[in-house]
Amino acid sequence: MYQAIVFLPLLGCILAGLISLAGARARFPGGEPSEFDHGHGGHESHAAAHDAHGHDDHGAHEPAAAGSRFAELATTALLFISMLLSWLAFVKVGLGQEEFRAPILQFITVGDLKVDWGLRVDTLTTVMLVVVTSISAFVHLYSIGYMEEDPYRPRFFSYLSLFTFSMLMLVTADSLVQLFFGWEGVGLMSYLLIGFWYHKPEANAAAIKAFLVNRVGDFGFSLGIFAVFYLTGAVDFDTIFAQAPALSGKTFHFLSWDLDALTVVCLLLFMGAMGKSAQFLLHTWLPDAMEGPTPVSALIHAATMVTAGVFMVARLSPLFELAPIAQSVVIFIGASTALFAATVGLVQNDIKRIVAYSTCSQLGYMFVAMGVGAYSVGMFHLFTHAFFKALLFLGCGAVIIAMHHEQDIRRMGGLKSRIPFTYWMMFIGTLALTGFPFTAGYFSKDAIIEAAFVGHNPMAIYGFVCTVIAAGLTSFYSWRLMFKTFHGEPHDHHHHEAAHEPHITMLVPLGALATGAILAGMPFKELFAGHGVAEFFRGSLTFAAGNKVLEEMHHVPVWVALTPTVMMALGLLVAWQFYIRRPDIPAALARQYKPLYTFLLNKWYFDELYDFLFVKPAMWIGRTLWKRGDGWLIDGFGPDGVSARVLDVTRNVVRLQTGYLYHYAFAMLIGVAAFITWFMFASGGH
Amino acid sequence: MASWPILSVTTFLPLVGALFILAMRGDDEAVKRNARWIALWATLITFAVSLIMVWRFDPSSAEFQFVEKKPWLAGTIFYHMGVDGISLPFVILTTALMPLCIIASWQVIQFRVKEYMIAFLALETLMIGTFSALDLVLFYLFFEGGLIPMFLIIGVWGGPRRVYASFKFFLYTLLGSVLMLLAIAAMYAQAGTTDIPSLMRYGFSREMQTWAWLAFFASFAVKMPMWPVHTWLPDAHVEAPTAGSVILAAILLKMGGYGFLRFSLPMFPAASADFAPLVFALSVVAIVYTSLVALMQEDMKKLIAYSSVAHMGFVTMGIFAVTTQGVAGGIFQMVSHGIVSGALFLCVGVVYDRMHTREIAAYGGLVNRMPLYAFAFMIFTLANVGLPGTSGFVGEFLTLVGTFRVNTWVAFVATFGIILSAAYAFWLYRKVVYGALTKPSLAAINDIGAREILILAPLIIMTIFFGVYPKPVLDMSAASVTALIENYHHAIGGAKAAALGF
Repeated sequence: MYQAIVFLPLLGCILAGLISLAGARARFPGGEPSEFDHGHGGHESHAAAHDAHGHDDHGAHEPAAAGSRFAELATTALLFISMLLSWLAFVKVGLGQEEFRAPILQFITVGDLKVDWGLRVDTLTTVMLVVVTSISAFVHLYSIGYMEEDPYRPRFFSYLSLFTFSMLMLVTADSLVQLFFGWEGVGLMSYLLIGFWYHKPEANAAAIKAFLVNRVGDFGFSLGIFAVFYLTGAVDFDTIFAQAPALSGKTFHFLSWDLDALTVVCLLLFMGAMGKSAQFLLHTWLPDAMEGPTPVSALIHAATMVTAGVFMVARLSPLFELAPIAQSVVIFIGASTALFAATVGLVQNDIKRIVAYSTCSQLGYMFVAMGVGAYSVGMFHLFTHAFFKALLFLGCGAVIIAMHHEQDIRRMGGLKSRIPFTYWMMFIGTLALTGFPFTAGYFSKDAIIEAAFVGHNPMAIYGFVCTVIAAGLTSFYSWRLMFKTFHGEPHDHHHHEAAHEPHITMLVPLGALATGAILAGMPFKELFAGHGVAEFFRGSLTFAAGNKVLEEMHHVPVWVALTPTVMMALGLLVAWQFYIRRPDIPAALARQYKPLYTFLLNKWYFDELYDFLFVKPAMWIGRTLWKRGDGWLIDGFGPDGVSARVLDVTRNVVRLQTGYLYHYAFAMLIGVAAFITWFMFASGGH
Repeated sequence: MASWPILSVTTFLPLVGALFILAMRGDDEAVKRNARWIALWATLITFAVSLIMVWRFDPSSAEFQFVEKKPWLAGTIFYHMGVDGISLPFVILTTALMPLCIIASWQVIQFRVKEYMIAFLALETLMIGTFSALDLVLFYLFFEGGLIPMFLIIGVWGGPRRVYASFKFFLYTLLGSVLMLLAIAAMYAQAGTTDIPSLMRYGFSREMQTWAWLAFFASFAVKMPMWPVHTWLPDAHVEAPTAGSVILAAILLKMGGYGFLRFSLPMFPAASADFAPLVFALSVVAIVYTSLVALMQEDMKKLIAYSSVAHMGFVTMGIFAVTTQGVAGGIFQMVSHGIVSGALFLCVGVVYDRMHTREIAAYGGLVNRMPLYAFAFMIFTLANVGLPGTSGFVGEFLTLVGTFRVNTWVAFVATFGIILSAAYAFWLYRKVVYGALTKPSLAAINDIGAREILILAPLIIMTIFFGVYPKPVLDMSAASVTALIENYHHAIGGAKAAALGF
């Protein structure tokens, strides 16, 4: 059963992939290059000759590949089966007392290094299984409607399923290396899906940026794996965790310093998490990733892949619990991200980018929970967030379709009457995101803020302050989005008139996820943040002996418990004042505080900064090394210099010779043979 | 065991094919066709025979197998052949890629087909011989002899600057060869034998080790190629015909790494330990430097050539870490790079055959008309980037893990390679394959044909198979690698003990 959960999406990917390749073949039968002139010229006419009847007709007019419908239905159906099995696993493993390990295949066995492919299903994994397969199944379904006009649908569904498979490999990983496999796999699929519309230059740029920024994180992740292997002689979780207590307080010589072993390991691994979860400093790729199709944003850049970093920290809780400095860094980065992303979200105008910054900010919340040692609470927010954030993205997708691919909220307005169902679904999503009482987000977000308040880590109070402020900002920008999109006067009457509710395959997922956005909180509260944690998660999360956060968070002062709700209400009120009652205020404010406004609008100028610090210098160095290093220095003083001198001397001699290269070559062979013979017999004689 | 000399048969079968082609007269179409078919069959049969060798090979033994030893010259030089777990993977890599190279040249080469096929078949014999020779003189002949067909392939069937490229190649390798030959002579003078297994046990004096190590290093570093003697490679690749580039990248570059494993580490262990910091330094410089240079290339083949230098940096780093993971990773990385870089050069060849240019700027948007090509190119790009699940990951990961245990700084700097490789590989892919197809010259370009699919499909399968299940290669070399490392540490330990004793 567990194998089926993981491998059914792979099967779907292969099916859809074959259909896609067959379709590509049917479109372009291929063939040998039509002429082979050994030489250099003549191809000018070749190209021109074909120009007359060769015309690139790529675009939405092309018919889809044969079997596209089958590809859609097969991948979606397989995902739904996988989802049902995941919920079954959730019940059996989480609520029952089962655990499951299955080796699949030997991977790398070299000396004392043993890495195997295997599945590890414990409660932590089943929570992720449920999240990944549920969101993925509904996103598959939604995509049938969303991608209706795209001729390359089989490829899209193949990618979606392969992404899901990679993500499932990641969450069922039994070793750091398999985790890394899934990690890179989802990164690749993110690259391919952001760049799905490969004719758009911005999409290509965003895709590469996403992969590269993630690779910067992976740089740390890789070094973390090497360090773990160096220290424990293993990369599988059981051995690492068993040895972790013994490493506590040990130092190891890393680079030129003796550093605390576990702190270094945790920080290196966390660098990977920062990249994947778009945390402060490595966040720049996530907003750009919105160039991809909207279902991709919902699945990958909101609900699943970006939470992989949070999952990783939870999975490695036995290590992080022993490294308080690393935990402080986790809180600091998480809290900073929560606040930073929320400030940028205040002023953005692209509907998807607002939600993207919101995702970034909410991931920061999760890391705050991880850092204070409330792992199950962080997982709780991951769980609820997946539903309401996927819902918001899919809602955005419906709005974008209704507005004929318009994404700027300044050109929207008044859509409530045109697409009421979408409106109410997004309304639910916004309630949950802002933490409106008794929605899913209310329980999980408040739990994080309370946990940050009682956390013993010196950084915890910073986490508390940042998350509280961010709660207010979240509420403000979320309602700003809702009000500007759905309320007020329409700004584009043409599109407004034409706006209509999307296809039924898109409405069903919205409804299902809205249900999740309400129901994912209350019924699960005890399991994730209440008294059922120990029994529910059992060995899959480790809490150090002194870690009483989960207990103490139930005894916070009343004002702490109420603060998030008050902040939410404040944000809502201000947004209502700004965008419903007095729409002139925001513009006036923006004028009055222009430097601040432009600073936020330009996302704190991180892109420009990185371009200046890393991208430009790398290219300059590359060019310099090539032209000056290879060209001038090495070749100039090496072969070119030598040959120039040799040629000076032997110019006359050369003229006498044939000039054919292979004559030189044969001369060399003869010379070599003579040389050998001479040496052998000369030295042999002694 | 073997009642027939299977290793010699594998080695010289291609040469027999070459003799058949040589016997043909004339230059008409029928002769060309026959030359191609003979070459294809010769390489295919060679491959089949080499597979028998894999089947009969005992991976649990570190000893040389399929050994043949016949007196040859002056009573002291033997025709001594044999393979162990370190050389067999390269023999198989050679025999497996050869048929693909022949097919890749099927239509492109229309000029002097006979000579071309003869050069390739002779090259195959010399390459297999290099990996299986167990006598220094025999090794030297195969090793240096392999350059001649390669010169011819670049010089006769190459691009416009072929003379410059082969001359540069020649200058670099000449320097290395002369020094290596001197070292061989000196070793013979001291040990009284050129038998490789005996020399591995001989135990040269410290001083001798130092000089001989440097002399061999000069030759192998050029072949690898290591920074800063790498500048011949981009030029040689650019001018070589497609199949020539494939062999150059996939096999000839591996001779350097093989040489380190066969000679430098076992014969000169103390010198290897002394010079390991030098090799580390050159390796990480190669990884970072050539990756940055690759980022700025304008010619597809040059970009892949520079990326090869970076990938070989991982190999030398892993080998001189002399840990099980480092050495096994180095071998695996070489095999994987043989498959992947060979495949990338074939991918360049596909578009070169159609457009007669390798300039990156001349392309863009190929995916719109060549979706299958885009798919194949993507797989190899990913392997080049070292994505887990492709063969490229395993070697990189193992060499880095193995090196981290020895020197964290080296592993730290080398790990930057994983960021940079992604940058240049995806940049190339984006410029060539993605984007809208706007250039009129590309408007009628055809997707890959059946023959090209036949070449690329096995490489795709190998790339993914060895990425998920690298065990066959790792197991084949495991026993020999363990023995190599044990002997090395024994020798180093012994030298240290001796130093302390004095």
